Amino acid sequence: MTAPQAHSATCPNCGAPVRFLWAQAVQTTCPYCRSLLVRRDLALERVGLQADFPVTGSPIQIGTAGRWRGQSFVVVGRLTYGWERGRWNEWHCLRDDGSSAWLSDAQLEYAMTVQVHPDGRMPELRKVLVGDAFTWGDGRYEVANILEAHYLGTEGELPFTTFAKGNSTFVDLVSDDGRFATVDGTEVPPLLYLGEYVSFDDLAMTQLRDFEGW
Amino acid sequence: MTRPTTSPVARSMVPRVASLSCPSCGAAIEMRAQGWAESVVCAACGAQLDAAHDTLRVLQYGEAVRLKPRIPLGTRGVLRGGTWEVIGCQVVTITVEGTDYSWTEYVCFNPYRGFLYLSEYDGHWNVIEKLKWRPRGGVSDGQLTLTHDGRRYKHFQTALARTTAALGEFPWELRVGDSVVSRDFVDPPFILSAEESAGEVTFSRGTYTPPEEIARAFGIPSLLTPIGVFANQPNPHGDLPKRMGQRFLIGLLVLFMMLFANLIFSSKRTVFSQASTFDRTTGVSGAFVTPPFTLDGRPSGVAIDVAAALDNDWVFFTLSLINEQTGETREVTRQLEYYSGQDSDGSWSEGDRSETVRLSSVPAGRYFLRVEPEGGEVGRPRVGYTIAVRRDVPHYGFYAVAFLALLTPMVFALFPSAAFENRRWAESDHPIGGTSSSDD
Repeated sequence: MTAPQAHSATCPNCGAPVRFLWAQAVQTTCPYCRSLLVRRDLALERVGLQADFPVTGSPIQIGTAGRWRGQSFVVVGRLTYGWERGRWNEWHCLRDDGSSAWLSDAQLEYAMTVQVHPDGRMPELRKVLVGDAFTWGDGRYEVANILEAHYLGTEGELPFTTFAKGNSTFVDLVSDDGRFATVDGTEVPPLLYLGEYVSFDDLAMTQLRDFEGW
Repeated sequence: MTRPTTSPVARSMVPRVASLSCPSCGAAIEMRAQGWAESVVCAACGAQLDAAHDTLRVLQYGEAVRLKPRIPLGTRGVLRGGTWEVIGCQVVTITVEGTDYSWTEYVCFNPYRGFLYLSEYDGHWNVIEKLKWRPRGGVSDGQLTLTHDGRRYKHFQTALARTTAALGEFPWELRVGDSVVSRDFVDPPFILSAEESAGEVTFSRGTYTPPEEIARAFGIPSLLTPIGVFANQPNPHGDLPKRMGQRFLIGLLVLFMMLFANLIFSSKRTVFSQASTFDRTTGVSGAFVTPPFTLDGRPSGVAIDVAAALDNDWVFFTLSLINEQTGETREVTRQLEYYSGQDSDGSWSEGDRSETVRLSSVPAGRYFLRVEPEGGEVGRPRVGYTIAVRRDVPHYGFYAVAFLALLTPMVFALFPSAAFENRRWAESDHPIGGTSSSDD
């Protein structure tokens, strides 16, 4: 027997091999028994079962590959959020240089973002209003949407754990040249993601889901 | 990099259409955009159903659907480089001064690209996409504007738009009777619409699309010929002023080149020059004729320079250029006057001591000039003057006439374009000239 690879382990529930594509992954899902697994040192701990996903009809899936900002990426994980008026997906993308990016997919409108350390004032989640303006990097963003959302389900490899979390505040901001920002209130202090709206064609995606008749 | 582990669940093909039944009448409901559609209208009983609900909860009961979309639901077409399936259709109505105006909106879906919309009013079609980022508002010439993607849109109309009939699936909770405040801004061939409901504004951009293009895209045999002028219909004469303007500029350039060549090749030879004195004391006429001189070459311009040593005085000249052989005479008159002095503001002067008279297209031949000076101030007995004749000077008058000839079609070119714009804006909240139909 060969020694276990740094990136692989076995599912404590069903014994199936669980491979990590991404060394920093903290949480993953067993692709066979759908156990939600959290990494503790070298071992994996089962913290629950991945919930049945609501039907979303997204063409993206774990394994979808594409290109963005001159780098290839592959989708390794997914978060689905639910809010008062619907749900959306955040796909965890692993890029060529080993960094993470997030492909958000809300009613098939796509945006790509990366987490950044804010170099400017951040909104106060309890006081922020639609229309408030913030500047990060060389972009000026206006608050377009403020909503309360919670995890509906997760799948695959994620850089953080998602269990035992209730509603959090999310603030979406847009610039007048197509740039997009999200302030994610699931953590304190909130996290900032900057990026842009992208079209389906921009990402040149492969390994998409097939739709019968399409 | 290794390929990710295949998830056995996620890889299965997504089935084409989920079949459900209407909780109101029991008829079968086909879902084409399951997971994204938020409402679906039963084709049998018109009930508006919550598509996000497992068993299609009734949002609102309806009446029998009579709506017959020009593009039937389920039709696929190719637009914007993608294939789109028509999955929903609604009739939207606005009421202006007691009259209802209705148009039809189509929801098109592609499982990879999302949603695209079509609208049709009196045969005018628009392909509409939701805007991802909001345009910037402003005011120009007292009219509200929106700026988006480098284009400035002018406010066209604000109206309360209500859904009066519907069929199929919609990515929002549609209820017949619901209304939105719709503000339209135009910059042909585009139209920006801001739709406001419950405090939330969604922006979309329509592109005016000829019916033949829609018919070809969706394989529809023929569509209605558009009636009237639509808000964002491109002006078919819109580039006429521009085209005429380009021709005008070319004409102007040619004219300048001609003038330039004319100036260079004109010899401006002085063919005759004579100094005389007008003596008013003799009591006889100062008229005289010059010795004959020759004007040669092609028929071209002649300039006669008259200069008089005036000092608070004036002289009236009658000059006749007479062809010695034919007797053909061209007569011109000029008055020279020059006054100067001192007053509280300092020294002043008015008038001119010299002038040039230009004659065009004078044929070659032997000519003489009859010069008759007359008049003048009392107490100025004598005035010295010179007469010089130059051949081949450019005839500036020709250039003035040519310029006007170039300019005239420009003026006419503006009419059809302006008439089209009048018809466009007559339907808006801002008719050109400020008279709206309510003033009738």
